[in-house]
Amino acid sequence: MLLIALLVATLYPVLWMVGASFEPSAQIFVNVGLLPKVWTFANYQRGWYPMQNLSFSRLFANSLIIACVAVLGNVCSCTMAAYAFARLQFRLRGTLFAIMLLTIMLPYQVLIIPQYILFLRFGWLNTYLPLVVPRLLAVDGFFVFLMVQFIRGLPREIDEAAIIDGCGHWQVFLRIVVPLSMPAMATTGIFTFINSWNDFLGPLLYLTKPVMYTVPLGLNLFLDLNEASQWGPLFAMSALSLVPIFVIFLFFERLLTEGIATTGIK
Amino acid sequence: MPAGPRHPGAKPRRRDDRIAYLFLAPWLLGLVGITVGPLLASLGLSFTHYDLLSAPSWTGLTNYRRMIAGDPSFLQSLVVTVLYVAISVPSVLVISLALALVLNRGLRGLTLYRGLFYLPSLLGGSVALAVLWRQVFGIDGMLNHVLALVHITGQSWIGSPGTALYTLVLLNVWQFGATMIIFLAGLRQIPQDLYEAAAVDGARRWRQLLQITIPMLSPVIFFNTVLGLIRAFQVFTSAYVISNGTGGPADSMLLYALYLYQQGFVNYDMGYAAAMAWVLVVMIAVLTGAAFLSARFWVHYAD
Repeated sequence: MLLIALLVATLYPVLWMVGASFEPSAQIFVNVGLLPKVWTFANYQRGWYPMQNLSFSRLFANSLIIACVAVLGNVCSCTMAAYAFARLQFRLRGTLFAIMLLTIMLPYQVLIIPQYILFLRFGWLNTYLPLVVPRLLAVDGFFVFLMVQFIRGLPREIDEAAIIDGCGHWQVFLRIVVPLSMPAMATTGIFTFINSWNDFLGPLLYLTKPVMYTVPLGLNLFLDLNEASQWGPLFAMSALSLVPIFVIFLFFERLLTEGIATTGIK
Repeated sequence: MPAGPRHPGAKPRRRDDRIAYLFLAPWLLGLVGITVGPLLASLGLSFTHYDLLSAPSWTGLTNYRRMIAGDPSFLQSLVVTVLYVAISVPSVLVISLALALVLNRGLRGLTLYRGLFYLPSLLGGSVALAVLWRQVFGIDGMLNHVLALVHITGQSWIGSPGTALYTLVLLNVWQFGATMIIFLAGLRQIPQDLYEAAAVDGARRWRQLLQITIPMLSPVIFFNTVLGLIRAFQVFTSAYVISNGTGGPADSMLLYALYLYQQGFVNYDMGYAAAMAWVLVVMIAVLTGAAFLSARFWVHYAD
């Protein structure tokens, strides 16, 4: 019973926001229950255009493009790096692996300033390159580590047999390791999607044209333009922005929780 | 966590340097070009004055001196951040461990509870949740309406310096689910026969907790502590959105990452922001190092 009470208390604010997004704005301030007394879609219609000539369909499309490219890039580059660390013998392996673990602990603030200057020089302001290139280059060591842990757990006999049969490393990688690593690759992909979808600082730094904005930037813009008075439309768009995460959670809850669990355990 | 690659069966293997570096190429390029290169560049920058418009000018230790002696806002952001970390990290640890222990007793619907408690961890970093927090803890927000039902007159929790930071702490603690899941996984690895033996010896529940569960779980507690510290020091989005980028009333929400952003990208004082970033790296390194040193005394690695 206590557990259920705690669970309800934990999720209440989010559920309340979803309910409130279907209420006339005046009602939001008096109704603390979950269900609207009067149902309306007006907030969604009003919120859809945070400013003239900018609609949330555009913002959703932008966020989706960035997230999908980030997922593809991160899964490919992390799996390749992890295969090398887990299965190949090469000079400096231990050193590089230790460096990779250290990068996980590095606070991102120490990189944003020089990276910003670098990408500015490249002329990448108002492009999506600063948001996806780091993913294509497996900059987040956490995911490399996650994949290494998984590939180490695969039976070596299979790929050793394949090598004796004359397969090259690319073939072993593509035909054996990649198919067997699907769960870990899916976990990496899903977390990358969520991180990219929620990312606020990156787009805030690199995107200055509203037409390029992502969903979080659109929400923030809405907040700025309306002095935080338009809670109804804001809640409507906030609730919509969480939908992809809810959907991922519903379909992949097991992969996510198992992925999280393995990181903390030897 | 293993500190490095293990060598299973030390039989000499042929080395595959060239092919290995092909596989590593994207990661290496990122390491050199986007991580280590910029890292060193920002160290150099921290000894200069640089506003993006003119070339950086060498100012030696001026930035570092200013932090200690000439910048009340910096000291304020340090105090705010330390307070934020010191409250939220232990709270998350205690709550998530307690819940993991309760859930581990094998009740029905465990996976459902586990999943639903985990959900906030996926949502909490988003702007949407910061927007919600801004409403709930505002003067005319949901919390005050709930309090009004029991005839308590609330205040603007976000608008008063005394409480603003705690709304951010609460948002962090609200995301305890991920930590809880790691604890649950750790609990499942503890051999049951330890408890059976203890029960035969007549050890009560709380003694079993103190003498079996906590020691056996100590590597996981350690992992969650270090990770929690590193993450809490870097929180940005919630502080930015809830305080509208300002740092809140009387700078009470001026988390380190937010102040660094203001200096670097609002005032374009890139050298100073780089110096701040390096101070943060050193602080996190010292804290992590201290955690690893202390681990020798309380973390129990079973073989």
